[in-house]
Order: sequence, then C-alpha cells, then structure tokens
Amino acid sequence: MNAITEPASVYPSHAGPPRRLSLADATILRRAARDAFAKLHPLKMAANPVMFVVEVGASLLTVLLARGWWLGLAGNGFTFQIALWLWFTVLFANFAEAMAEARGKAQADSLRKTKSETMAKKLAGDRTESVPSSSLRAGDVVMCAAGDIIPGDGEVVEGIATVDESVITGESAPVIRESGGDRSAVTGGTKVLSDEIRIRITSNPGETFLDRMIALVEGAQRQKTPNEIALNILIAGLTLIFLLAVATLPPFAAFSVRAAGAGQVPSVVVLSALLVCLIPTTIGGLLSAIGIAGMDRVMQHNVLAMSGKAVEAAGDVNTLLLDKTGTITLGNRQAVEFLPAPGVTEAELADAAQLSSLADETPEGRSIVVLAKERCGLRGRELPDAAHFIPFSAYTRMSGVDMGRRRLRKGATEAVAEFVRQEGGTVPEDAIEVSRGISRGGGTPLVVADGPRLLGTVHLKDIVKGGMKERLAQLRAMGIRSVMITGDNPLTAAAIAQEAGVDDFLAQATPKDKLDYIRQEQAAGRLVAMTGDGTNDAPALAQADVGVAMNSGTMAAKEAGNMVDLDSNPTKLLEVVGIGKQLLMTRGALTTFSIANDVAKYFAIIPAMFAVIYPALRHLNIMRLATPQSAVLSAVIFNALIIIALIPLALRGVHYRPSSAAALLRRNLLIYGVGGLIVPFPGIWIIDVVVRALHWA
Amino acid sequence: MRYLSPAFRFVLLFTVLTGIIYPLAVTGLCQWWFPHQAEGSLVRAKGRIVGSALLGQTFTGAAFFHPRPSAAGKGYDPMASGGSNLGPTNPMLLARVQAAVARFRRDNPAFRGPIPSDLLTASGSGLDPDISPAAAYAQAPRVAQARGLSLILVRHLIGQTTQPRQLGFLGEPRVEVLRLNLALARLAPAGPATAPRSRPAM
Amino acid sequence: MTFNGVAQIVIFFLIVLALAKPVGIFLSRVFNGHRTFLHRPLRWLEALCYRVGGVDPEQEQRWTQYAISLLAFSAVSFLFVYAIQRLQGFLPLNPQHFGGKQVSPDLAFNTAISFVTNTNWQSYAGETTLSYFVQMAALTVQNFVSAAAGVAMSVALIRGFARRESKTIGNFWADLTRATVYVFLPLSLLGALFLCSQGVIQTLRPNLPVRTVQGATQVIPGGPVASQEAIKMAGTNGGGFFNANSAHPFENPTPLTNYLEMLFIFVIPAGLAYMFGREVGDTRQGWALFAAMSALFLAGAFFCYHFEQRGNPLLARMGIATQATASQPGGNMEGKEVRFGITDSALFATVTTDASCGAVNSMHDSFTPLGGMVPLVNMLTGEVIFGGVGAGLKGMLLFAILAVFIAGLMVGRTPEYVGKKIEQKEVKLAMVALIAAAASILVFTALSSVLRFPAHGYWNPPGPAAANVANPGPHGFSEILYAYASTTGNNGSAFAGLNTNTPWYNLTLGLAMFIGRFIFLLPLLGIAGSLAAKKRLAVTSGTFPTHGPLFVCLLIGTVILVAALTFFPALSLGPIAEHYLLFSRHALAAVKP
Repeated sequence: MNAITEPASVYPSHAGPPRRLSLADATILRRAARDAFAKLHPLKMAANPVMFVVEVGASLLTVLLARGWWLGLAGNGFTFQIALWLWFTVLFANFAEAMAEARGKAQADSLRKTKSETMAKKLAGDRTESVPSSSLRAGDVVMCAAGDIIPGDGEVVEGIATVDESVITGESAPVIRESGGDRSAVTGGTKVLSDEIRIRITSNPGETFLDRMIALVEGAQRQKTPNEIALNILIAGLTLIFLLAVATLPPFAAFSVRAAGAGQVPSVVVLSALLVCLIPTTIGGLLSAIGIAGMDRVMQHNVLAMSGKAVEAAGDVNTLLLDKTGTITLGNRQAVEFLPAPGVTEAELADAAQLSSLADETPEGRSIVVLAKERCGLRGRELPDAAHFIPFSAYTRMSGVDMGRRRLRKGATEAVAEFVRQEGGTVPEDAIEVSRGISRGGGTPLVVADGPRLLGTVHLKDIVKGGMKERLAQLRAMGIRSVMITGDNPLTAAAIAQEAGVDDFLAQATPKDKLDYIRQEQAAGRLVAMTGDGTNDAPALAQADVGVAMNSGTMAAKEAGNMVDLDSNPTKLLEVVGIGKQLLMTRGALTTFSIANDVAKYFAIIPAMFAVIYPALRHLNIMRLATPQSAVLSAVIFNALIIIALIPLALRGVHYRPSSAAALLRRNLLIYGVGGLIVPFPGIWIIDVVVRALHWA
Repeated sequence: MRYLSPAFRFVLLFTVLTGIIYPLAVTGLCQWWFPHQAEGSLVRAKGRIVGSALLGQTFTGAAFFHPRPSAAGKGYDPMASGGSNLGPTNPMLLARVQAAVARFRRDNPAFRGPIPSDLLTASGSGLDPDISPAAAYAQAPRVAQARGLSLILVRHLIGQTTQPRQLGFLGEPRVEVLRLNLALARLAPAGPATAPRSRPAM
Repeated sequence: MTFNGVAQIVIFFLIVLALAKPVGIFLSRVFNGHRTFLHRPLRWLEALCYRVGGVDPEQEQRWTQYAISLLAFSAVSFLFVYAIQRLQGFLPLNPQHFGGKQVSPDLAFNTAISFVTNTNWQSYAGETTLSYFVQMAALTVQNFVSAAAGVAMSVALIRGFARRESKTIGNFWADLTRATVYVFLPLSLLGALFLCSQGVIQTLRPNLPVRTVQGATQVIPGGPVASQEAIKMAGTNGGGFFNANSAHPFENPTPLTNYLEMLFIFVIPAGLAYMFGREVGDTRQGWALFAAMSALFLAGAFFCYHFEQRGNPLLARMGIATQATASQPGGNMEGKEVRFGITDSALFATVTTDASCGAVNSMHDSFTPLGGMVPLVNMLTGEVIFGGVGAGLKGMLLFAILAVFIAGLMVGRTPEYVGKKIEQKEVKLAMVALIAAAASILVFTALSSVLRFPAHGYWNPPGPAAANVANPGPHGFSEILYAYASTTGNNGSAFAGLNTNTPWYNLTLGLAMFIGRFIFLLPLLGIAGSLAAKKRLAVTSGTFPTHGPLFVCLLIGTVILVAALTFFPALSLGPIAEHYLLFSRHALAAVKP
C-alpha cells in the first residue's frame, strides 16, 4: 500500500499556536495607530471610494471651519464637532486596516530575520566552491552537511538527511528529506541536522518560498479578491445613490421652504453629516481589514494561501477529496491476524509474510514484522544479500521479495491471485472468501504467496480517526460532500467509508482517476478541494479549485496547489474550508449591518433637517433627540464609533459553527440584519443623552 | 442594416396587423354583436337621444336628483373628462366642499347626519353617471316636495333604480341618476320651478 | 375597511394566484416554441411574420445582438409614432379634423417615447388631441409591440438564468412575434369583445352631440375604445383613449370590467414569475418571487385602502361621511367613481402601479397623502410587484440579485442565485440599472423643483417650473416627484394636477422614460448574457436557499430598504409631511365645522 509520508497528527489537528498574536498586542496597536495617519494620503484613500468620500467631506468641513473662524461666523462649534467626528471616522477605518496589516507585518519581520545571508557550497565540476546564497540560480547544485543552512529552495538529488524546518512550520520535530520520491523538496532557510545531501536549487533569488511567504504574510502583493471587488462595486454604487439622494435634497428643501413659507435649506455641514451617515462606512471601513484578517487566520493555522481568492474558493467548496490514509484513518494500518490457507500453518504464513515485509518500511510492513514476532516468535532478520526487494506500486499492487528461485509476494487479493496463477498454482476458493470477509469488515486483506503456493491472508486493520464521523456529518450539513480516495479495493473502501461516514469513495484510485473525478465533479457544477503531496498529485491539485499541498511534498505538488500546509496535515482542509466561509460571512454580515443601520440615522437626521420647514415632521423624531444639532452629531458619532466597536469582529470573523446554509442565514440575518435595524436606535439615543450632558450640542 | 431592415419590416407588419386589422375586426364584431354598447349605450326618451346611460349629465333644480359635482369642463362635458386633481389639503377643495355643504344643507333642510361621501365630491372622470343610494335618499324629500309626490313613492323609485353590487360582491351599490330622473319624470312631469333653463324635455 | 372591501381584495388575489401557474406554463411553452392550443389557429400567422420580417426564428442571438435588435425596433417605432402624430391632419379616420396644431413637436416627442417605452404617460387629453387613426395605427400598435418587447426582454432574462454555458439568449424577433401573436392578440380580442358587451364603445362614428334632459348640449364621444382598452391593460400600457382613462365610463363602465381590467394587468406578470421557476427547473424559485410580490401587493393594497377609507379629516369636520355604510361608500371619494367606491379605487391604484401599467380609475392626485403614497412608493421601488410586462419580473430579479449578493455572503459562500454565481459583472450591471433609475427620478425632480424660466421663453411659462403644480404645500412636491417616478418607472399614471404639456416637462419626462426603459433594462440584458454563459452550480444544503420564507422576507426587505434609503428624504417632504399636516390639530383648526 502506498507509503505515508509523515505521521499525521491526530484530530483535532494542532492549530499552529506559535504564530498566534493577541488582538491587543501593544506594539501592533502602536504601529496601527501610526499607519492610520499615514493612510490619510488621498491617493491611498482613493482606492476605497466610501472612505474617500468621507475624507472629502471632512476636508470640506475643515475648510469651511477655517473660513468661519477667519470671518468670525456663528455656528463654528457645531461645524467643528462634525468635522472632527468625520476625521475620526476616516481614522478609525484606517486604523482597522492598519491593525490587520500590522499583524502580518509583525510576522513578516520575524520571518525575515531567518532569511540571513548564508554561504553555499556550490558544486562546480567535482569541487565545491563557497558562494553567497543570493548568487544561486535555479539549476545550481549545492552540498549541505549537518549544521548547514540550506541556501535556497531545491530538490534533494542525492542522499538522505534530517532537516529542521521549524523556521517555516513552527514545528520543532525534524523531518526526513531524501532524494527521489515525494520527500525530496527542501526549503531555503531550513537547517540540515544530520547527514549530507546534494540539492539542486529550483528557484532564483527573490523567488524562493521564504520570499513568497514573507510577501504573502506582509500583504505586499495583496490583490483584492473577486468577491471583494464585487462587494466594493456594490458599496461604491450605494455611495453614489446616497450622494444623489443628498445632493438633490437642497432643491427639494428649497421647494418646500417656498411651499411652507418657513424654515431654511439644510446647511452643507448637516448635508455632509447625513451623507457620511448614509454611505456604508462600516463595511467600507472594515472591508479590507476583513480580507487581510482572513488570510491571517489561514496563516495562524499554518497554511500558506497563495492568494485570497483561494481562501474564498475554500468557502465555496462542495466536494472534498480526502485521502483515506492519514486523513480519515490513522496513517498506520495494523496487521492483526494471520489467516492461513488450508494446509498451511500459521507459522509458515507468518514466516513468509515477515520475509516479504523485511524491506518494506511502510507501517503496514512493520506491523507484519511485529505481529509475526508476537504470534510466532519470529524475530526480525536481515534479508540475505541475494534477496531482491520488489517495492509496492499502484499498478502491480503487490510488493515482495525475490530470493533466488523463491518468489514471495504479498498484496491485494486479485493481484496476488493473478500472480499465483501465472506461477502455475491454483487459488483456493476458501482464501478468496477469507479476503472478502476481511474486506467486508472494513479491514484490508493482504494475501501472501510463495510462488505458485497461496499461503494465506494477513488481516490489516484500518483505524478511523476519532471524531472523524462527527466532523464529516457537520460538513454534510453545510452541503459539502466528502469523498474518500483510497488505493484499497472497493469492498474494503466501502466498509471504511461507512465507518467514517464519507459520502462517496474512490477505490483503487490512480492519479488519473482522481483527476477524472475532479473534472466530473466540476462539470456537474461543484467546486472541489483536495490535498496532495506527490508529484503525481500535481495535475489533480492544479485542477481542483482548492488544492492544498503538503509542505513535506514535492515542489511540483506545492507549485500546483494554491495552498501549502506547513504542518503537512491533510485534515487541515476542513479548517481551511471553515476559514473561507467565515471570511465571506463576516463580509456579508457587516455589509448587511451597515446598510440596515441607515434607517435609524434617517430617523435622527430627517426630522432635524425638515422640522423647521414642516413642524409636523417632528413626529418622525421617534428617538426624541434633544435638538437638531444633537441629533445630527449623535448620528455621526454613532457612525464613527460603530467602526471601532466592530474592529474585533472584523479581525476575528463572525461566530461560525458548521450548519446548513438556511440555518446560517436565519441566524445571521437575525443578528446582523434585524440587529442592524434596531441597535442604532438606542445607540444614537444614548449618545444624544451623553452629548447633551457634556453640552457639546 | 442587419438590424434596421427587420425593424422596419416588423413595425410595418405590426402596424397593419395590430393597428388596422385588429381594431377593425373588433369594430366589426362589436357592431355586429353589441351594437347598442358599441355605440355608447345611448338613451332615448320620447324618440330622441338624450344622452348615454354611462355618462352623467347635469341636473339642476329641486325637482331632479342631482349628480355629483363634476370637474369635466363646465360640468359633465365628455370633451374634457377628468377629476379635480385637488389634493386633500388643498384650500380650493376645502372651500368648494364647504360651499357645497352649505348649499346642500340649505336645499335639503330635512336631511340630518353626515352627508354621503360621494355626493359632494367630484368624481375621477367628471362623468360619473351614478350616485350612492344614500345620496339619492338624501335628496328624496326635496324631490318629492318639488314634484308633489309622496316620499314613500320616491324612495320606492330609488329602490327600484338601485343597482346592487355586480355579481353580488363587486363594486358598490349605485343609482344611475339619468335613469332615476327619467323614471321620475314619467311618474310626475315637473312643475314650472324645476327647469330653469328650458322646457322640460319629456 | 368593510367586509366586502376585504373580500374583494382577497378574491382578486386568489384569482391571480390561481391563474399564475396555467398562464406560466402557457407562456413557457410559447416562448420555447412548443405547441399550445393556439398553435393550430395561429401558427400560420407566426410563420407569416417571420417571412415578412425576413428573419430566421431559430437564429440565436447573443445578448448584444438581442439588445441591438430591440433598440433598432424601438427606434423605428419611435419615428413612426412621431411621424403619424405630426401628420394626423393628412391621414384618414380623423372625423374631428385634428391636425398638427393639437400635437406640438415636443408633445409628439413625449408621446412617441411614452408609447414606445410602454409608459403611456399622456401629457395630452386623448379625446381632444388625437385622431382615431393615430389612436389605432400608432398607439394601439405600440400598446402591443412595446408590451411584446417587454415580455421578450423578461424571457431573455429568464433564459439567462435557465441556460448553462450558452452564448446566446434567444431571438428577439421570434420572442416579439410569439408574444404578439400567441399572447396579446388573442387575449386582447377576447378582452375587447367582453369589455364592449359591458358598455365600452367601439365605433368609428364622429362625436355625437345630443340634447340632454334639461336641454343642454352634451357630446357623446366615439372611437375604437374597446380594442385599445383590452391591450392597454393586458400590455400594462395604461394610456387611455380618454383623458379620464379607466375612470371614464366608456373605458371602464362596470365593476366587472374594472375587475377584469385589473386581472388583465396582473395575469401575464404573475405568469412570468411562475415561468421563471419552471424555466430554471425549480418552480419553488418562481413561487418565492410570487410570494414576495404577493406580500408587497397585499400590504400596499390594504395600506392604501385603509387610508382612503379613513378619509379626509378636514372634510369629515364639514359633515361629510367617512364611515362606510350599506348605502354609501364613505372614505375619501374625491376623484373616485361611485361604481368602484373606495375598495376598487384603492385596489386599482395599487395594481396599476405594482405593475408598470399606469391606467387609473380614480385620480391619484386627490388621494389622501398616505393612500397616494402607495402608488408612489410602488413606482419608486421599481414596479417589482408582479410588475407589468415592461419591467416587473426583471426588476424583481434585479433585487433578488442584490439581496442574494448582500445577504448571500452571510452563509459563507460566493453568492449564487438559482445556480448562477453572482459576481462582479452582475453586481456592476445591477448597480448601473439601480443608479440610473434613482438618478433620473431624483435629478429631474430636483431640477423641476428649483428651475425658473424667463419671460417669453420656449420651455415653460415664465417663473418657476414648480409653478406648474396644481396643489399648494407638500402636495405640489408630491406631484413633481410622482411625475418623474412614473415616467422613469415606465408607469404612466400621474398626479394629474401637474401641467406637463410644456416643452420642459415633455422633454425631461421623455428622457426619464428613455432612461427608465433602456438605461434600466439594457444592463439587465447584459446580466442575462453574462449569466447564460455561466455554469449552473449544483444545489446542496450549503447553497443559499432562495425558495423559502426566509428569502422571501429578505427580498421584501431589500426592495423596501433600497427604495426607502434612496427616497425617504423626498417622501418625507411630500406625502409624509402632508399626512402629518392633515392630521395635525393645526390643520383642523383652519377649517370651521
């Protein structure tokens, strides 16, 4: 069976605490406060149309204020208050974005420290020469011995070594890197702990994994995601509509003043205040912070998303392709029983099974060796020199050993049966039946043959991870289908699938089967996520909408996927999906909240503006705000403070528990829709009371 | 041209089809099956056309039931159909209604209580042929007195002329003023006081 | 409110409900080119149209081609209607001898745009302006084809949702022909005959002067009214033959014709909502739209009915009854007909503005402030409630897109509606449509509120443009707002006190109609094209549910919120201010009992 690259951590997976930073970290707050002012630059603000409008309004009022003071006009106090709070509104929004960025920047700084210049031993012909790591180009080959820092990203072309990758992963346990196979990729900046390896460099300076990681964390290359752009268009459009609504108010009011013979047209100060209150400043101010924080949360789980788009796509996923081994089941399948064929003793079977497994480093192989020792007292031995080990392949689906004329094989039932027949032997019906029985029970039958003689069956047992079933049920509630990918035969796969509670399985899957399955799902309108590590996973990783490559995997796999899990924990996919959903939910919730807020603001400002024209309109002042000035000021203050109040929510994301879309919608609509309608009424009222008490207006 | 050519052809085609053939076909069928309605539900009295059953006309004087005030031209002018378009707070509306109320109270001293809402308000078309039964009953004592008829008889006549809700639930019960006045005239030709402008046309 | 009044509204709704499905199925079959029971009698006519038009109905069009066909057709129609009006003096069927004097260039421009855009705003009084030939060959024709073009656009939009990975959204000429031949012609023919049997006139005789009972002269008008009336309602056009429109006894003689006319307004829009669900393969989606429309419709109808029945407190103080009794309607009867009473007038006002019809059977200008606000708000929300063949379903789908986009994120997925992802392009186009409509209403109303014209000017009588209003105080503002809301919404009903037959108003109202039809609807065709090209996503329990009560509430909330946020200031200076004035102690004191 296929090799497991890394002992997978047991669910619940470890969620990368080493990188977690507190929301209220003092350095971050200081840095964010400083950046909030730097972001006032109009060119930077222009990227955010909503806040840009606020800044223009604030500037306009500031100019009016200066003029008022110069000319000694009345009413400057009110203008000052409104202008001040408009500036606060802009600053609060900037602060939110700066907060989100500051967390990333702090992480980037710590990463950058590890990116010190090292000397590399570059191979030139037969000699090595010492060159600075920054001069290495793709294709160069370098030597790294114990204690060396690996000078750049590359592939091990020769040798095997243990490597400390804690710089990247935060995981202190060393990992094994060896030439060939799926454990050949090494990352620049990591440290060789033992042995010596030759590495072919695969990236040019500035393009290394570490460089990309720093850039991603820092948000330097942050591009707005499609969804974020669409949302930006929406709130920019709403801003334009409110601009129209406010700009046409003076003519409407002028008509009404003439018709009523009383009152006056609202001042520029009041109109600016109204505009700022109406345009969706809450979401406008927090939108980019939400996006950055979402990426950041992915990072806290030790997953490196190559783009925000990938994180969004994770929220949309309909189908998860999960490798059985390491994801659904514990990686190591255990041999639990020897079932000899008729006429064969258990010891005979155990002996052959052990011999064929001696060179098999997979957990299954090792467990057979152990079981043989326990059951029959057979000690692990060295294989004779003449022995030739036949490794497992997905095509032969057998492994074994050739010792002279003796050909021992163990593997999938059909494959071994076919081998026995080719060798001229017969396959006893009983043995096949035993295999079927094991399969039906969810176990894996491993049939052992000695040339034409079928000796019997080893019962390998898969152990489904604890809590997996509940977890998959949650996914199902969210409308996500889980599909188990396994090399097992269909019977075995079906039994495990049932035990783990997956919706579908793909048995005896070849890489091509995986790719085909993904295409088929996508053609049916579903988005697919998968994890993978091997080079042969690369096409499927690239095809999937969300491809999470294991950090332990090959460069090809990492290039193909759009996320890299630094912990190499396939179960992480489930968390990534959750984060993606939470990101989108936070955006939707704050947009809804922001728009719903406007109703109360109208009820504060409209009577304040128009009761002088039609006194009867004072009936609309349902909050009983004290004066027109206090009403307008309270609405503006509420509008500014709500941004600050929601920063933690924007950065942490809204509460998220896996459930059906209908349940999520009901809950969020109630909290952020209905809540957004109601909350501002008492909010503005309380501020009005405070404003009166402080004699601000 | 790829688009303009079919555009021209279709406009011409539909002009002929829906603008000429369709209305002419409808005209033909209507004239054939419903000639009375198609021509305007004309009402004859004593051999000549005196109006349409569907269009109100002005009645003045104590001996006739009065229709609602009309905003169509100088009153019930089908060449200027329409309502007053006065808003509910318009002083012109208030003044008009106030004057009408005063006039109504003066002319119908026997009437007590709230005045039926339709009687002193202008209709939307200015050609409303109907008044509500209550509006007719409100005028009954005046008409009975002017015609020298018993009130019971006049009220009976109103009852007979009243059209109930169509199909039992649609619209409102109503009294067609022209029909009521014609029926009244057949019962008792009006005295000299009733027709200020011309000889009674019965 | 009376028991009978409530019953009339509820029964009306139940009939619409019952008709939605059969009509929807019929429409769906017609526009898919499948056989219906009308195939046998009318197939030859459809084929004839294609032959004369020189088009191949099977030739599918991209959304741009579809839009250009529509624009070309509208442009040619516009020229025709304009020319026929201006030349009416030289054309037949003109017994009243009207000429160019009655139809000035600006009026002809306004009327042409008005009928081509399915608005049927009328700055003129039909009986004293236009010849029978103009009414038939220009206006009746546009009643048919502008409605058919409107249905065609709805069908194209539905296809956008229904198709997957398709570059095309149907053939405009085929849709136009099918709508005319299989839907509007048969429906109008039956409708016209029934209306005539109830008393609607259909004659080509000239006006007939008669002597009334009291010896005055009254002119009994003639004209081909029934044929125009039927398509006026079924096509949600609303342009009356007479100035008084459906209040005129010759257009709407009985409560039954009134009921039928209201049904005609709603039947096709309601059917289209069902057709939408059927075409996207989930009838619940159609019913969800229907439910949202129904809730808004019933709320509006009862709100309007309530305030009209409550009546005018100032008149009540003078001794006018406001309480309904068995023998009189009570309420606010100014501008209403006795045969319709309060209920059918309020219901008609709601229906005609829910759909973009614009026919009126009572004068909205004389409604109570909040009663009159219902038709106004219906138009400000974009006439999404059943919505008329010209705009309705499309408007509701626009709001569905917005609702799904805003709230859909809250389930943690990229928003999708009936299996189609709502992305940048859709949001952008939807916002263009929304902004265009809001801008047209707000900016033109603002201009007309403050512009002043010089003496001897061409555009308007000297003085403020606002002087054209007929009512003082906030009601005058409502008149202007109503005019631009109605024209932008392609409705055509009016607070008719406003004098709009001046070059300024004819031009700006004409522009508003143009914006309302083309700038509002073309982006929706663009959305159709964009959606048609997309994959259809699989529906899972993680999919944002757009068929349940929750979504219906959300959709209603979005419609109201967007309209309220855009227009609340304007409304507060119009009907809301007037309402508080009307019911304030101050106003009551001004009138002596």
